[in-house]
Amino acid sequence: MTAQIAAGATEESLHRATPEQRRARTVGILLLLLAAFVLWIFGLGVESTDTSTFNLSLPGAKYENIKWEVDSRMLSAILAAVIAFLGGLVLRRTYLRWTNVALAISLALTALSFLTWAAAGKSFSLVGMLVSTVVLSIPVTLGALSGLMCERVAVINISIEGQLLTSAFVGTIVGSAANIWIGFIAAVLVGALLGAVLAVLAIRYHIDQIIAGVVINIFALGLTSFLARRVLTAAPELNSPGRFASAKIPFFGDIPVIGPMFFDQNMFVYATFILVIVIHFGLFYTRWGLRSRSVGEHPKAADTVGIDVHKTRYRNVILGGCIAGLGGAFLTLSQVSRFEENLTAGIGFIGLAAMIFGRWMPFGALAAGLVFGFARALQQKLGILGTPIPSEFLSMLPYIVTIIVVAGVVGKSRPPAADGQPYIKQ
Amino acid sequence: MTESGSTPKPDNADKSSQPDPDQPNSEDFLKNATGVGSSLRQALLIPALALLSALVIGALIIAVTDVDSLKLWSSDPGEAFSSTLRGIGNAYKALFVGSLGSRRAITETLFAATPLILAGLAVAVGFQAGLFNIGANGQMHIGGLVGLWVGFSVSAPTIIHIPLAILGAIVGGALWGGLAGLLKARTGAHEVITTIMLNFIALFMVDYLLTGTLFQAQGRNDPISKRADTTAQFPTLFDNYRVHIGFLVALAAVWFVWWLMYRSTIGFEFRAVGANPDGGKYAGMNVAWVYVAVMAVSGSLAGLAGANQVLGLEPYRAFSGFAGDTGFDAIALALLGRSHPVGVLFAGLLFGGLRAGGLQMQGTAGIPVDLVLVLQALIIVFIAAPELVKAIFRIKSVDDGAKSTVSTGWGS
Amino acid sequence: MELALSGITKQFPGVLANDDVNLEVSGGEILALLGENGAGKSTLMNILYGLYTPTAGEIRIDGTARQFDGPGDAIEAGIGMVHQHFMLVPVFTVAENVMLGNEPTKRFGWLDLQRARKTVREISSRYNLDVDPDAIIEDLPVGLQQRVEIIKVLARQANVLVFDEPTSVLTPTEVVGFVEIMNGLKADGKAIIFISHKLTESLELADRIVIMRRGRTVAEVTPANMDEEKLAELMVGRPVDLVVNKTPAKPGEVVLSVENLVVLDDRDKRMVDGVSFEVAAGEIVGIAGVQGNGQTEIVEAITGLRPSLGGYVKLKGEDITTASARSIHKRNVAHVPEDRQRSGLVLPFSVTENIVLDSYYEEPISNGVRMDWPAAQEQATRLVEQYDVRTPGIDVAVSTLSGGNQQKVIVAREFDRDVTFVVASQPTRGIDVGSIEYIHSQIVGERDQGAAVLIVSSELEEIMALSDRIIVMFEGRIAGEFDSSATRTEIGLAMLGSRPEEITS
Repeated sequence: MTAQIAAGATEESLHRATPEQRRARTVGILLLLLAAFVLWIFGLGVESTDTSTFNLSLPGAKYENIKWEVDSRMLSAILAAVIAFLGGLVLRRTYLRWTNVALAISLALTALSFLTWAAAGKSFSLVGMLVSTVVLSIPVTLGALSGLMCERVAVINISIEGQLLTSAFVGTIVGSAANIWIGFIAAVLVGALLGAVLAVLAIRYHIDQIIAGVVINIFALGLTSFLARRVLTAAPELNSPGRFASAKIPFFGDIPVIGPMFFDQNMFVYATFILVIVIHFGLFYTRWGLRSRSVGEHPKAADTVGIDVHKTRYRNVILGGCIAGLGGAFLTLSQVSRFEENLTAGIGFIGLAAMIFGRWMPFGALAAGLVFGFARALQQKLGILGTPIPSEFLSMLPYIVTIIVVAGVVGKSRPPAADGQPYIKQ
Repeated sequence: MTESGSTPKPDNADKSSQPDPDQPNSEDFLKNATGVGSSLRQALLIPALALLSALVIGALIIAVTDVDSLKLWSSDPGEAFSSTLRGIGNAYKALFVGSLGSRRAITETLFAATPLILAGLAVAVGFQAGLFNIGANGQMHIGGLVGLWVGFSVSAPTIIHIPLAILGAIVGGALWGGLAGLLKARTGAHEVITTIMLNFIALFMVDYLLTGTLFQAQGRNDPISKRADTTAQFPTLFDNYRVHIGFLVALAAVWFVWWLMYRSTIGFEFRAVGANPDGGKYAGMNVAWVYVAVMAVSGSLAGLAGANQVLGLEPYRAFSGFAGDTGFDAIALALLGRSHPVGVLFAGLLFGGLRAGGLQMQGTAGIPVDLVLVLQALIIVFIAAPELVKAIFRIKSVDDGAKSTVSTGWGS
Repeated sequence: MELALSGITKQFPGVLANDDVNLEVSGGEILALLGENGAGKSTLMNILYGLYTPTAGEIRIDGTARQFDGPGDAIEAGIGMVHQHFMLVPVFTVAENVMLGNEPTKRFGWLDLQRARKTVREISSRYNLDVDPDAIIEDLPVGLQQRVEIIKVLARQANVLVFDEPTSVLTPTEVVGFVEIMNGLKADGKAIIFISHKLTESLELADRIVIMRRGRTVAEVTPANMDEEKLAELMVGRPVDLVVNKTPAKPGEVVLSVENLVVLDDRDKRMVDGVSFEVAAGEIVGIAGVQGNGQTEIVEAITGLRPSLGGYVKLKGEDITTASARSIHKRNVAHVPEDRQRSGLVLPFSVTENIVLDSYYEEPISNGVRMDWPAAQEQATRLVEQYDVRTPGIDVAVSTLSGGNQQKVIVAREFDRDVTFVVASQPTRGIDVGSIEYIHSQIVGERDQGAAVLIVSSELEEIMALSDRIIVMFEGRIAGEFDSSATRTEIGLAMLGSRPEEITS
């Protein structure tokens, strides 16, 4: 007869590579190109006598004058060699699972090489930049955590931007009128309120969640701009809330590099780190987390075991709003201490991107926040070093990275299965 | 007979075969968006009530932010009340007069409506094909920039120069939009994310280009472009009024989109893939190509809107963020117009009126024009959630299919 | 333990899904609820489980009336349900799924995973279920997933267990195991209701059979004095011919040949792994097998909807391995897809638009650019008439049609040509008996006109009734090939992957 019984195809008979192998090949080639680029531009782009000096302590710190002086060309050459080696490993396609790790390490090394190049013949405060990285990452991470709280229960929160903006505004006004702590609380509550609005529109009225998010963003931009012009211009005293001071943690704060980055900041930074940890353990080790995730993955299954899907969603979306409110408060009560129209300028969307980049995981969100914070810090510091790279390109970087991430170049990430779908029962 | 009748029964065992009547999905949205299945009265009633509700809430916002009147409440409540009412009255009177009150006002409305209609069509085409193009803004920027470049770098008589510039804008917008389509087709990247990101990238790209020799006006240090040649500037339709031939282009675009969507094979593919990509794939349509084509068509319409912003009004130059918020208003427009080109036309005229009137309101009544944004946001909410309007006005729910879902998650 | 439903009525907008339904079951009894698709069985069970609120009627447990506002209430009352589409979170472990909604916790809501694991192990060993508490659901075969559902129900101390179409996803051998589990539960004093539309298993498994038709309970019988014919008549409401009438096949030249095909699914898993077979003109080849063993991917690869990783597909000797879906369609291939709502139809589109869904791009429906709608309507009118599609008109959305009529729209569209090769996946899933008979006769008709036909179905009865030759798939490979005289047992063994002693070759 015609059918062949249970043979199984051999590898040689295949006329195409598996997607995983194709990706490894692409990444491998990319890494080799990257290595050549690093060597060519950053290695040969400096004088052979240049040294780059990285300052590893801030002026006035307990342990001052910690420096790292390095031969610029030599370091870049070494880094290029390492990247090329990793690229070669990836190309061999024996360890497919390590493709992403190799990619991540290579990109970090490229960043280091870039800094060496930019600081060639100069002195550069690496620790200053790392501190900025942490500070700039805070609103992004908080935005990502806010989005994560919502999407883990399958509500898309594209209104992070509007929530940040509105709470920044309310924090400013209340903070100026009363005091900074009350302003802070008001900001968080307003974030919660907007979270509740999103929840009602999405859960009660089944509005498409992206439309609901866009609406909240337009509404927030319109209302804050309207009020800023109508109220803040008339009463400028309502636009100076002051700011939260930093609180150094004894001993840890004096550790070089790590100290100023993580242990000599204000309470928003500590709060963010604590939130990341709490949400991580909450999501994966508690009843609340198990139920939330089940609602995000398979709401009907959750419903059939008696979990109130809607209540769970309301609760988490409102909590997500609170976290965005915290981020908004950070913007005006910690960073700039006054409100301006459209002050957020897209940070909320970067937060959304960080959530995706971080694969809907709290620590992923933090890591992505730090990456984006690094890009923004770089953009600020490069002006000082006077590199020929236009700042607009660095501004674009987070957005380009996001597109690369969602395009799956860094591997396919998997959102909660029910993400974006309303749950309707009889 | 054994036929179970023509009405699907909500029986769980039949999930594989019967449509679940209560699971809103893209088909409901499209039904809603295209106005199929709801009577004309229903189709007009909800938008009218949405507008009314938005204006009422707008009035409340004006009232509670009326600092002068608020101060009066403790001393003279009567005066405070009438003062508040006067404030609202003045604002809305200015809104009306500024949009419809005079020949100039009407032409200003048409002038303001022109880019809105074009960008609204861009979003509507996307909706009909199941794609959510939040990137009209970026496509306007890129399209407008290319159009402008043709406008000042090419020398030609008006009759050739303007079509050439328009073509440039179409190509620019189509490329930027098509890029999002390509990303979706090739990698499954969700268009909502990519178009948002491409908006920002376009914004910075504009900033960068405007400070380069290619675009920057001579003798300037700030990001502002050269001025378009007079041969490339859109001629006005009437002397002394700003409304220009761009409005006619917008009308032509309305007709074109209608023909494309409902009379052409391409539109059939767009709508089929939009309603059910798997169905389109099964029917032999090239879904990837459709995604790219839809986003390119959408982007080209947005590009036209962008050309309006640089070739249709003073200073006939590009500057940082010259497309403004039009790309986001367009989403509201498409929803309000139920993604039907004619609906978008009327919605565009309404929003154009709000825009023109809003400026008047800011000028004579001192109400910041940003209120218009708030009104628009409220209008979308009420349009997207007809149940909300019905609840407010206590209308018995007739058509429960009017739920909207265009997108489900970020997955491919 | 006594459960009684009395006078249950459920009115959906425009549809009376349950009309004065009465049902009783007691501990230690297995009751089959039999009825066609759309007869109202699942609605009734969803009411029992608190998912729907009845418009009228009463649920009594041991004589007391109970009202269920949600599944939580039903669970508390000792009712457990194993849904047809399992209610398991695919990315969770077995233990996590079992404890969900009923979690053992330590302080601060911290999950006590150890206790959850222990519960799973205890129940698993008590009923011989053999389930690992730490396995991830999506990695488990369907049969094991069903056991997880059973553990989930038992962990909640259910006394009444409702199974919705429990055997539809199981291999014949898994069914044997399932029957043992059911009998174990019965011996343990549990009351069992199982919903089915299959006559044989109702007769074999149940102590009592309640038959539903059009939302009403029309009969209650005991299997002892029943046979399939009589049961079918009660279920459908008229005498039914259970056998497909067809003459022996006269195979001609080979039309389709598949060689060493390898296909991946969306998650890059190798679902088809070196499959080779041929289909000749004038014969019907059936692919049997439990769903998820590569049948879907084979059909998609043959019809150009999914790229293959290796191997060849040839149509009349011509290599079409990398041809597009459209070019394959143009070679007079008719494809009735597995899921008519997901891919066969565009639901919000009208009947007309669906009729021209894969011919819109050429004459006479369009000139390639402009649609000729009058021509499309003409064609729709003709086909609706010819293929007996019951619809209020050709301009109504196809979503408003019944499943059977939706399927007829697809069959009309696909068969209205000089077809050389037909591939039909699950051609009669979820539709009424009348439409099943009609579609079977159309498929046999195509064969008799000389087309090569490939049928894929997870209903072994359907495969055996239609096919001239049967191929069994297991885990992406061909596990056996049989002619139409093979018995259920032989095929069933192959569906489980065990290589039969003798292969009909």
